[in-house]
Amino acid sequence: MQDRRNAPSGSESPGAPLRGISTRRRVAEWFGESALFLAAASSILITLGIVGVLAYESSTFFRHVSLRAFFTDKEWTPLFDPPHYGIWPLLSGTLTTTLVGLSISITVGTIVAVWMSEYAPHRLREVVKPVLELLSAVPTVVFGYFALLVVTPFLQRFIPGLPGFNMLSAGIVIGIMTIPYVASLSEDAMRAVPNNLREGAYAMGATRFNTAWRVVVPAGFSGITSAYILAISRALGETMIVAVAAGTQPNLTFDPREPGATITAFIVSVSLGDLPHGSIGYQSIFAAGVTLFILTLGFNIAGHWLRRRFREAY
Amino acid sequence: MSAPASPPPGVLEDRRLIALVAGRRRWDIVFAVAGALLVAASLAVLGVLLATLVRDGAARLAPDSIGGFVSNFPSRFPARAGIRSALAGTALVMFVTMITAIPLGVMAGIYLEEYARKNWVTTVIEINIANLAGVPSIIWGLMALGLFVYTFGLGRSILTAGLTLGLLVLPIVIVATREAIRAIPQGIREASFACGATKLQTVRHHILPYSMPGILTGSIIALSRAIGETAPLITIGALTYIAFLPPAPFTAESKPIPADGESVSAVYSVFHQATAWLQSEFTVLPIQMFNWVSKPNPEFHVNAAATGLILLAVTLVMNTVAITLRYRLRRRIQW
Repeated sequence: MQDRRNAPSGSESPGAPLRGISTRRRVAEWFGESALFLAAASSILITLGIVGVLAYESSTFFRHVSLRAFFTDKEWTPLFDPPHYGIWPLLSGTLTTTLVGLSISITVGTIVAVWMSEYAPHRLREVVKPVLELLSAVPTVVFGYFALLVVTPFLQRFIPGLPGFNMLSAGIVIGIMTIPYVASLSEDAMRAVPNNLREGAYAMGATRFNTAWRVVVPAGFSGITSAYILAISRALGETMIVAVAAGTQPNLTFDPREPGATITAFIVSVSLGDLPHGSIGYQSIFAAGVTLFILTLGFNIAGHWLRRRFREAY
Repeated sequence: MSAPASPPPGVLEDRRLIALVAGRRRWDIVFAVAGALLVAASLAVLGVLLATLVRDGAARLAPDSIGGFVSNFPSRFPARAGIRSALAGTALVMFVTMITAIPLGVMAGIYLEEYARKNWVTTVIEINIANLAGVPSIIWGLMALGLFVYTFGLGRSILTAGLTLGLLVLPIVIVATREAIRAIPQGIREASFACGATKLQTVRHHILPYSMPGILTGSIIALSRAIGETAPLITIGALTYIAFLPPAPFTAESKPIPADGESVSAVYSVFHQATAWLQSEFTVLPIQMFNWVSKPNPEFHVNAAATGLILLAVTLVMNTVAITLRYRLRRRIQW
């Protein structure tokens, strides 16, 4: 990729003299490249915008609330009197729904990926994969409807006393939503494993099952990790499913059968009201947002590290 | 020789091996079946989802009631409530999203594939775009609230919403553009340069047209993602009850721009009217659906299901078009 940029087009590369080319054209070239560069560089401005807004608004929040209270208080009631600003009830909601979701999407997604990559006939896979990917295109508010009005009533038949809002059904639907991410990306990673590794395993008498789990999965582990990380990010940041189906009442519990608010659901419930700009309640959604941002970033950095650690080159 | 009490060691080994192989074979078959069942179950979810929405929302989408549902504003009375303002809002927000994300994304993609040299600036931009794709959508809403709504003073408007969603899906467009450009063989560029074309001319006359199918596919996918986004728009303060349409860009009695240019204020007023809708407050289909699904009255859930079905149909159609497009074009173009 790099060599093609540099090697043959040396005479056109900006900076090099464009011999025999009119000034007008040279100016056009310069403007063209500058515009394209600005478009690419705008992504950095966007990042600065995100980080800047989060840092600025939450720094005013943390001028009122000590970090100590933020991490030790067991209640999160920024809009009540007396206000409490302990992040744990929101974190427990976020982690509970995410864990329920991931336990489904990582198990099912990995099995589906292995099946698609190692078992399914080629033509079947070419049909199944795009249809499965459609599942990830479903708007999340539709999934929320599904969680509240289909999954919860279904679960209530088996779990007596399950409240109408509960983290279990939201988590299950988050799991369903993230299956395509895990399955599709893991399958890509498994298919990128060179065939001679498989052939080697088969020649030793291994079955498809052994080959898949002992050879292909370890060899593609770096790519599979990326798939898991994407699913984790999506599950942590999922908003509408939890806001609709898990409730908006912060609840310090890791029991998925209870209602609870996630960080995202809290931001939504505050945004639905009309909070004055600059009030502590307004700033509290940015403090919650920063927590989510750092959590997601942390998982992404960990994923990046894992990917490098387990990268296999063939 | 006396009869052996036990079979010779070799035979025993064979039996064990046979049992071992049979056991492994069994596992292989069990997994093949289990995998197929799980795939079928995952696909069935999509079917159940559609079926539920059809069952629940059919009352509003029946031939005699769909007209009212589409043309009514929201209302306290479930049967009289409709999605007129949400439809208009979605269309206008998507328009702004489109003209934000596509030009910016395509230009950034072209720069990164055709121009960027391998230096630290490029590396930073590339890592940055990859990370932006992983930022939760609600964080985009917070950014837009702090920056667009309050710092730039754009308000809780269609413009703010469109810009937010446009930036949110920008990484999708960039990645799609880069993939499409990467598939163009190097010979095309060399041929163009050999004919004396400059880099910009090569991009305009060759790279851009040949990567257009891929860009189109990516753009459709990006818009289908944006159309279902709810959280960032709630965060910027989109209202859930809107009983008006944004002002039309021109009306029957609005005067044309004076030809002699005598009055600057007349030109301004035409321009003002043409862009007034950008500043308008709005609601969109997913927010309308969220509003209805959160109401305790189950009658409103019928409206929610009907809205959800429309939303789901639009997204599924867009994605199917994109997938088909990609598939057909991949078969037709043989470099």
